[in-house]
Formats: sequence, C-alpha cells, structure tokens
Amino acid sequence: MLEISGLSAAYGQLTAIRDISLTVESGGILAVIGANGAGKSTLLKTIAGQLKATTGSIRFDGADVTALSTHERARRGIVLVPEGRRLFGSLTVHENLQIALSAKRSGVWSLESVYELFPLVAERRRRRAGDLSGGEQQATAIARALIANPAVLLLDEVSLGLAPAIVGQLYDRLPLILEQGTAILLVEQDVAQARRVSDEVHCLLQGRTSLAGKDLDLADISRAYFGAEATA
Amino acid sequence: MSIVNAVIQGILLGGLYALFAAGLSLMFGVMRLVNLAHGAFAVLAAYGALLIVRTGALNPIAALLIIVPAMAVLGFVVQRFILQRTLGTSPLPALLVTFGLSIIIENTLLLTVTADQQRLNLGSFDTAAIALPGGIRIGAFPLAVFVFALVVLALLSLVLSRTQYGRLVRAVSDDPGTVQLNGADPKLIYGFAAAIAFGLVAVAGVASGVQTSFSPSSGSLFLIFAFEAVIIGGLGSLWGTMLGAVVLGIAQTVGAAIAPAQQILIGHLVFLVFLAFLPGGITRQKALR
Repeated sequence: MLEISGLSAAYGQLTAIRDISLTVESGGILAVIGANGAGKSTLLKTIAGQLKATTGSIRFDGADVTALSTHERARRGIVLVPEGRRLFGSLTVHENLQIALSAKRSGVWSLESVYELFPLVAERRRRRAGDLSGGEQQATAIARALIANPAVLLLDEVSLGLAPAIVGQLYDRLPLILEQGTAILLVEQDVAQARRVSDEVHCLLQGRTSLAGKDLDLADISRAYFGAEATA
Repeated sequence: MSIVNAVIQGILLGGLYALFAAGLSLMFGVMRLVNLAHGAFAVLAAYGALLIVRTGALNPIAALLIIVPAMAVLGFVVQRFILQRTLGTSPLPALLVTFGLSIIIENTLLLTVTADQQRLNLGSFDTAAIALPGGIRIGAFPLAVFVFALVVLALLSLVLSRTQYGRLVRAVSDDPGTVQLNGADPKLIYGFAAAIAFGLVAVAGVASGVQTSFSPSSGSLFLIFAFEAVIIGGLGSLWGTMLGAVVLGIAQTVGAAIAPAQQILIGHLVFLVFLAFLPGGITRQKALR
C-alpha cells in the first residue's frame, strides 16, 4: 500500500537518507530501527512531506504522492505523529484532537473510539495540552493522529524521553490500532521494543539500509544497528 | 462635567480605533505578520465607498455591502499571492513588502483622486445626537460604531473559541507545520484571516470617513492608532485590543479637553507611558483569545 523506492533526502547539502526502499502492506506493521542520527526521523518526515525527497518515489495506494504537500498526504491517509509530539500547547486536549477533523477522513476512528482507546486522554480532555506530562502528551499525539483516520500511521520515536512503564502502556495500544485495519510504520531506537510489536524490521545505519527482513537474528540486527566492526 | 463628557466621547472613539486595530491584531496573532499597509487599505476602502456614493446610488452605509466583501476578497488575494511569500523566520520581508504596498496605494490614490480632503456624508444621521442629563450629548454615529465594534469583536472571539476555523487559527498560531500534519492547509487559514482583517479595516476606513475627513495620506495616522491600541491592550488578544483602543480614545479626548491642539500628541504620550511601564500591554497574554 505504501511503497517507497530509492528515496533520498537532504538538509541543505547534507544528505540524511540515501536510497531507501521499503513497503508497508495494508493493515501491516513495519519497524524502522537505528541509532541516533541514522536517519529514521528524516525518513518519516520525507514520507509525510515535511522534507522534500531529492531522489526516489513514494507511492501510496497505487498513486505517486512524492510531489504532494504535507496536508494533501494527510488527507489521503498518511499521518505522522511527529518527534517531540508537537501538540498545540495553548489548545485543550479535546481541541487538539478536533484539529485533526480537518483531514476530513471518515473511518473507524472518531472522538469516542479514540477516547475509548486512550482513557487517560479522555480524562485529560479539558486540560491545556501544554500542561500535560510527557506520557500524556504522547498518548494525545497518537490519539490526534488517529482522529484523521490514517490508512498508515507514522510513529516517530514513541518512547523518546518517557519512562519504560509508560512506553510499555503506549506500545500495548498498537495491536488494538492494527486490529482496526490501520497500518503502522514506526521508528524506534529501542530494538527490543520494536521487535515486540513487529516481526519485520528495517535497520538504518548512517542514512542507508543496513538490514531488512522478518524474524531476524539478534546478532545480525546488532551488527546492522551499530555497524560492522562493533560487537554487541 | 467636561471631563466626564470627554471620557464618554473617548470610549466611543475607542470603538472606531478597535475596528482599525482588530485586523492588525488578528493578522499578527495568526501569521506573525505586521501589516504596515493596514492604514492604507482603510483609506482605499474609504475612497471606494466615496466612489460608490458619488454615483448617487447608495449612501456610505449601504456602500459597505459592496466595499466589505470586495476588501475581504482583496485581502485573501493579497495574502495568498503577496504576503504569503514574505512569511518566514525573519519578519523583515513582510515589513518591507507591506511598507511598499502602503506607498503604492497612497501614491496611486494621489494620482487618481488628488490630495484633497474628503468626507463621507450620512445626512442628518451625521449630526444626530442623544442628549443625556448634565448637558452630555452622545453622537448617534459614534455610538453606532462603538456598538458595532463590540458586536464584531464578540462574534470574532466566538468564532475563535468555538468553531473549527477558530481552533485552526489558534493551532496555526502555535505551530503551522503540525497543522499541516493534521490535514489542514495553513495558507488557506491565513487567507481567510486576511479576508476578515481586510473586511474589518474596510468598515473602519468608511466609519472614519464619516466621522472625520480623509485624504490619500491618512493611512499612516490610522496605522499608528491601530498599533498603539494593539500595544496598549497586549499583543494577540482581541479584547485587549478593544481595551487598548478605548484607552487611546480616552487619552485623546481628555487630552483635547485639556489642551485642544495637542489631542494626538497626548494620545502618543499615553501610549509611550504604557510602552515604558507595561510593555506587555494590559492583558499580557501571548495566545490568541
């Protein structure tokens, strides 16, 4: 459903990802793993349209979306939960979710069903988003993205800066999201966490694909994650 | 009693200034754009109304039915095709471009409609007044403008707090990039905000044309009053802007009661006092409400 081939992107002169190809099946899940600076967030930004691709193409539902703007991609169902959550701090939690209604996509996800999935978010709905804790913010950010009824949900480093227990709770929600037919492409530094939700992993090293496949051996992943010389 | 009278007249004058300032405040709040051509567009609207009135078909109030939509469309177009290109991390391009626009508008008007002072005439409504005890007379037109300003600001604030467009305006003011991630186009949100701002400034320009006279170069004074109202009230707050406009109006009319020739100067001095001692304005809030 989401097919990326030969994708490269750069910040100015500095190429951040090079020749990445991957596919996310309809309703499927794929975890992109890699160390800090491997290009994981850049990859998601490029897929979401926040960064222009220098080469390669992004095909979605059979159509080429490489040239579309970010909001047009969101309206087609490619929705990113950005690094650092990026909630609208001066709006309430409820208002943050309502913003995503502007994607004008119908589907299983509504304010009610999202609140059901994240009871904590429902509890905080009248609070200003800027006043939430990190875990509450992350849950709200995922909830907001779901309101747009994504065909594929792009999750950028859900675990970043959160306590392991909170991260566990958030990851527990992912199978329930998949169950509703929403595909997930997530990036994660924590290999164990990524493997817990996805059999298939795609490992990036310095902006390039170093390993990709299903049910890989942990030793192979470690080599691909840290580079050839390192031992895990 | 003359002071009481001056205060009342000042409050009413504040209504007019609030109409000038609301558009400026809105555009700054939404897209962090300081529109230096704001006053020039008000003058343009006043001349548009004058043109319509001179055909003999409509009075200035009825002319608003044409001028306001026309200015709103102009606002949308100017935003989408000119101002949008100036938005970025630096405020300088927008300042230069809107300053340039104001010069273009002023000089085009000078060439086409001459530098003569003009007025918009409402006939008997112009001078109609309500007599209050104590010899205070409230002009019917200034009162109408004040009430209109209150109603418009209340409506605008309702739109901002309750509607999806209002939520988008506040969200885009926080973080335009993330608004895009949620499927909305910030450019369109900016365009509609500019349309609202230009519609408001059209009403302000015409109302001012009825209350006092105007010429192609009146824009800069309108702009300064609008700025002062926004700063006194506090950047980004609509009700703060209304409050700031009233403070400025009172400063000017009370000033005129003390030193008739120095009305404008005293208004500026009060503004400077606020800038020196209360630089965040009366409301001191950053978010748009």
